Amino acid sequence: MTSTTLAAVPAASPEAGFAARRRRKLLVAAVVFAAIAALPYGITDVYLQNVLILTLMYAALSQSWNILGGYCGQISLGHALYFGIGAYATSVLFVNYGIVAWGGMLVGGVLSALVALALGWPCFRLAGHYFSIATIVIAEIGLLLVHNWDFVGGAMGIQWPFNPDSWWTLQFARDKVPYVHFALGLFAVVWFVTYLIEDSRWGYWWRAVKDDAQAAESLGVEVFRSKMAAAAVSAFFTAIGGGFYAAYVSYIDPESVMSFRFSLLFALPAVLGGIGTLWGALVGAAILIPLTEISRSYLGGTGSGIDLMLYGVLVMAIALARPEGILSLFRRTRSARNQEATP
Amino acid sequence: MSDDAILRIDNVTLRFGGLVANRDVTLDVTRGEILGLIGPNGAGKSTLFNLISGTYQPSAGRILFEGEDITRLPAPERCRRGIARTFQVPRSFDSMNVVENVIVGGLARHPGAAAARRAAIETLDFVGLKHRADAVAGELTPPEKRRLEVARALATGPRVLLLDEVLTGLTPSEARAGVELIRKVAERGVTVIMVEHVMEVVMPLVHRAVVLHLGRVLAQGLPTEVVRDEAVITAYLGERHRAA
Amino acid sequence: MTAQALAQVLASGLLMGLIYALIAVGLSLIFGLMDVVNFAHGEFLMLAMYATFGLVVLTHLDPIVLMPVVVALLFVLGGCAYLGVVRFAMRAKANQGMVQIFATFGLAILLQGAAQYAFGTDYRNVPGSWLGGRTLDAGGVFLPWPQIFGAVVSLAAFGGLHLLMSRTDFGRALEATREDQGAVALVGIDRNRVFALGWGLGAALVGLAGAVLAVFYYIHPQVGASFALIAYVTVALGGFGSVGGALVAGIVVGLVEAFTAVILPPAMKSVGVYALYLAVVFVRPQGLFGRL
Repeated sequence: MTSTTLAAVPAASPEAGFAARRRRKLLVAAVVFAAIAALPYGITDVYLQNVLILTLMYAALSQSWNILGGYCGQISLGHALYFGIGAYATSVLFVNYGIVAWGGMLVGGVLSALVALALGWPCFRLAGHYFSIATIVIAEIGLLLVHNWDFVGGAMGIQWPFNPDSWWTLQFARDKVPYVHFALGLFAVVWFVTYLIEDSRWGYWWRAVKDDAQAAESLGVEVFRSKMAAAAVSAFFTAIGGGFYAAYVSYIDPESVMSFRFSLLFALPAVLGGIGTLWGALVGAAILIPLTEISRSYLGGTGSGIDLMLYGVLVMAIALARPEGILSLFRRTRSARNQEATP
Repeated sequence: MSDDAILRIDNVTLRFGGLVANRDVTLDVTRGEILGLIGPNGAGKSTLFNLISGTYQPSAGRILFEGEDITRLPAPERCRRGIARTFQVPRSFDSMNVVENVIVGGLARHPGAAAARRAAIETLDFVGLKHRADAVAGELTPPEKRRLEVARALATGPRVLLLDEVLTGLTPSEARAGVELIRKVAERGVTVIMVEHVMEVVMPLVHRAVVLHLGRVLAQGLPTEVVRDEAVITAYLGERHRAA
Repeated sequence: MTAQALAQVLASGLLMGLIYALIAVGLSLIFGLMDVVNFAHGEFLMLAMYATFGLVVLTHLDPIVLMPVVVALLFVLGGCAYLGVVRFAMRAKANQGMVQIFATFGLAILLQGAAQYAFGTDYRNVPGSWLGGRTLDAGGVFLPWPQIFGAVVSLAAFGGLHLLMSRTDFGRALEATREDQGAVALVGIDRNRVFALGWGLGAALVGLAGAVLAVFYYIHPQVGASFALIAYVTVALGGFGSVGGALVAGIVVGLVEAFTAVILPPAMKSVGVYALYLAVVFVRPQGLFGRL
């Protein structure tokens, strides 16, 4: 296989070695995505397909959150706002104006990015917990406003009309496999954007801002602009995920797309898997989402609370035991190997 | 005042509430020199660095760089114009590896990440840290971290480099290597201003020394003159000798 | 708006504001002590309400009589939360801010699940306090006795807290710990012990608030969440760590909420509070009485 030959060739220079590593990452991604794309043909159970769709969707959403939270270090707990903007823009445009979800998602994404920039202007002056709490409050205001806004259905929400299965309207009532592929595509796009950003000016600037904003400034990093850019990209993709979710469940109301638990659900997979990494969000979602769904179905019944307890313990355990996320386990062993190799 | 001053600090005062960290500091830095900034703890050396690099803005006075007033410019803009610094306590970006740390600096001078990476690797080679390029910054030894700080600052392509106690806490052989590095940097035409505690190491290296005491300039001149200055001996050396 | 209606809004806002202040002060205290925001604060409140409910059902005593028991239980819960969770979160070498947020969030979810497991998801009311349902008619302004009682308890708690902080060794230890964490070790204060007691005290205060609230508010596993947000806003508004700030901000929040409810539909009553909070922190990030 190409990857092994690439790895075997000793790097002529650090730059060549770096380029080879970058190529290998792409190759690994292609293999992983192809394998996931084939999954629904093996898993024909509709319930499990639903779990797979949600896992991929939350992976994509968490990776979007990761851009602002993990790479740039700004812990937003209000991303439900952008998710809601995407879900509502897509639903309103489709149900009221007949514009298909593809267009609606794009509009929602751009709208979200603009809102993120407008909110970032005051919010990014706040640091640490002050920032996080402001994001919760802003998302909550958004939720209350939508609740009382009749044009978008108020508390009643928006029901999508049923149409024949089609990629054009992004509606599939009988066969869920296309949703798997759309969710996977969305994750792949966000992954690839993150991959490109990692080796770009913004990527280096964001991580510098996260690690030490003052030191970053002394090296020419525009801290405020960095945060704004990260927020805009992050909000854009979160809204696209919201549009997809609306199309997938065909019915939205304020609580079902904008409540606080979504903000938490977008952050958790990345935190679990490893913030500021390419694969952390997917790894985290692949553990967290099946666990929630399955514990809800088999342990929870209608809200016995056991699923919540399990979930809470898991979140605590990971935060305390692996602050750098699950992926750091592998990195640790790799760097240990490197050290042994170079005495 | 000389005309070939690359940096001119003109009557600068910095107050924090009632506390005066720097009072009426006036100082010319000549192009190409290695200037030593010395003084006892709390003399205002680090705050003066923060004023030059743009972390703080002075309560009064002006700072001129290449003849232009930079007093109110934000830190990133000063960096792009050619002022770089290190921090007293090394502040590496610990989630990134060594070369990525230096790339952040390189991006101040180079438009793209690829060019910044090439520059970063060159700089690492220059400071003797190339073999650690792929190590995570958080895992470096303290002297390596100091070198990384210098590499990061150098990668921004500075004309003036501010070194905050880069030799402090090193073993004698590490300190000698550090002195060599600073000489090499100066030979490239970079003006160096260094804050240092260890007089024995600094004095042979610097062309000129400025002594700060209680936020003011107490004396300046050739290192050999400064150490013989009565006021300096009582304010700084005397205190040290008593302590010793 | 008539003078009487205005007086009614003012009085209700003030009473509720004092209760908000009591809910928030424990959060502020803990933050001031150790720079940690407890995201399980609302769940502490929720558990205090359930504890009141459970004790009343078991003993058939008046909830007011049971208040000290609830406060003691919450004190223990707070101490355990510190010793069992937060202590470890503070040791994290990487991503410390994030670890604190998610460790306490995990605790919040766990406590919600535990309440749901023990009490189910039905809405509960504490049966029969002699205060319940009574109102005071003060010249046409009607004030429910449970709220009046809550406001008085809140004022008493703030008074007691002030005495505790200024007159006792424990209060001085708290003060010393928040002033300078490094110096604390030097004067021989056991930081862990002070922190655990601080968490106990913070939880005990929100326990008191829960016991008061349970008399007139419905109880549900998720009831903490809505109050928690108000508490964060109150604390941020008053300035994190400032006890006096929490009192003033609580009253402001109560009044703003009461007036918003007059102008906007009842479901939107929090919007005014949130908007005020944003307006304040955008101008003054450290809050009204906070230090940066």
